[in-house]
Amino acid sequence: MSYRPEELLAVTLAKLIRAVPTRHIAVGAASPVPAAACWLAVKQGEPVRLSLLHKRTGNPFTEGTRELFDLTGQGRVDLFFLGGGQIDGQANLNLIGTGEWPGREVRFPGSFGSAFMYFMTGRTILFREEHSPRVLVDKVAHISAPGISEPGVYRRGHAQALVTGRCVFAFHPDRGRFSLASVHPGETVEGVREMTGFAFDVDGEVPQTPAPTEEELALLRGSVCDEMMETYPEFCSRVFDRKLAA
Amino acid sequence: MTPIDLEAMAASVPDGALIALPPDNSLPSVALAKALIRRGARDLRLVGVPVSGFATDILIGAGCVAAVQTSAVSLGEAGFAPRFTAALKAGKLSITDATCPAIHTMLQAAEKGVPFMPLRGIIGSDILANRPDWKVIQSPFDSGEKIVVLPALHPDIAVFHGVMADSHGNVYVGRRRECGTIAHASRRALVTVERVVEGNFLEDERLAPGTINATYISAFAVAERGARPAALLDDYGFDAAYVAAYARAGKTEAGFAEWCAEHVFEARAVAAE
Repeated sequence: MSYRPEELLAVTLAKLIRAVPTRHIAVGAASPVPAAACWLAVKQGEPVRLSLLHKRTGNPFTEGTRELFDLTGQGRVDLFFLGGGQIDGQANLNLIGTGEWPGREVRFPGSFGSAFMYFMTGRTILFREEHSPRVLVDKVAHISAPGISEPGVYRRGHAQALVTGRCVFAFHPDRGRFSLASVHPGETVEGVREMTGFAFDVDGEVPQTPAPTEEELALLRGSVCDEMMETYPEFCSRVFDRKLAA
Repeated sequence: MTPIDLEAMAASVPDGALIALPPDNSLPSVALAKALIRRGARDLRLVGVPVSGFATDILIGAGCVAAVQTSAVSLGEAGFAPRFTAALKAGKLSITDATCPAIHTMLQAAEKGVPFMPLRGIIGSDILANRPDWKVIQSPFDSGEKIVVLPALHPDIAVFHGVMADSHGNVYVGRRRECGTIAHASRRALVTVERVVEGNFLEDERLAPGTINATYISAFAVAERGARPAALLDDYGFDAAYVAAYARAGKTEAGFAEWCAEHVFEARAVAAE
C-alpha cells in the first residue's frame, strides 16, 4: 500500500511513544506530524492524556500560558517534542540562529520553552524532517537547550530519539551520542552518514524503519485526521487529502 | 471608570516605555499597536509574554521599537516575522533572548512583590551566557543543586485586548490569565475591549474567575475587532489569510510601508468617517 512520508514518520513516532509508559504528552503548535503520532497512539488504545497547546477550542489550560511550564516543572509531563534549526551530535538544540549572537547571519524564531522543557519533561522526542548537513551539524552555533547536563543541575529527562526524514537515531545520554536505530525505506547507512554533519554510532546491522501497516494507515486517514482537522487543516488537506466542508 | 479614546490611549504611552505584550494566541491589542504606529511612538522596549507575534512585528516595521525581550518571534504558520528579521539583520534592534517560563517567572516575581525567583533548567544554554542579569546560585536548601535565579520584571505598561469591560472597569479575558499576570506585574495596564456591558463581573461567579479587577486597569478603550488578526476566545477566529498576506508584504521595506499605509492609516481614516 502506498503512503506519504509524513505517514511513515507519524507511525514511527507512535512506536517511540508506545515504547515507554506514557501518561501525559504535551504537543506544541508547529507539530502536525508529532500531533498525528500522538493521536495514532491514542487510537491504538494507549491510555495517554494529550495536551495540545494550540488547539483553537478546548485548550487544556486555564491558568494562562505559564501552566504548561508549571506542571512540567512538577513532573506531570512525560513526553514533549522539540526540533531545532540546528541539532548536533550531543543532542544540543539551536533555535536562536547562526553567526554572531543572537543570530546575525540567519536568525531562527527563538528558543521558546526549550531551555526548560528539555530538562524537565520525562523524555523528549526530537523531530526534524529535513535531514541535511546544514541542520544536523557537528556543533550547533548557539545552544538554546543542551542535550546533556553537568552533575548538580537538576534534569529529569533527555532525548529519547531523533527522527528525521531519513532515519531514526537513538540518544544515549550516558555517552552523549546518537546511534543509528533504523533507516527509512530507500535510505542506506552510507547515505545517512553522508547527509549527517555529526558522528554517530552504528551497532551491528541497522534495520529498516518498518513501513506503515494497512491498519495504521486506516487509523491515520480516518479517526486521527478527524481529530486534527480543526487545528491543522492545511496538513490534513495535503497529507490525508481531506478538506474542511465549506 | 469610563472608556477613553483609542488615540488618546496611544498618546498616553511615552516614547521609551517598557511594554509587555501577549502574542497572537493570547489576546494581543493589535488595535493599540496600530494606534501607537499612528502616533509615531519611538524607542519602545517590548517584552513578549512569553513570545512575540504580529503586533510586535508591525511595531518594529514602523520604527517604533528599540529593543525586544522575548523567547521567540514568529508569525506561526505564516513563518518568520519579516520586519523583526530585517531589523535584527540591519543591527537596528536590540534583542534579549529568554525562554518562555523565565519570562513568566520574572513577571510572577513582580506580581508577588519579591525581588527574584528561582527556575530550574536553563543552565548550559547560551541564553544564560548572554544574560548577565540572570544568576546561578547554589540552592540554599540543597547544597548539591545549582539553580538559576531571575530578577523581578516590572514593565511600565501592560497592553492587551479583553473581551469586555463592565461599568466598574473590570475586564473579562476568560482563560487567558497571563493577561492578569502582566497587569499585576506592570505599573500601568492599558486595555482595549470589544464592548462595555452594564453590571459588575465580580458579582457573577461564572465571569469572576476570568476577570481582571479594575484595581489593575489604568484605562480602557473600546476597539471592535481589536485583536484582529489574532483570535478572541470564541468570539472570532484567527485570520490566517490576513497574516499570510502581511508576511508576504513585509518581506521588503517598501511592501511593509504600503501595507502600513493601507491597514494602519487608511483603515483608521475610513473608520473615523
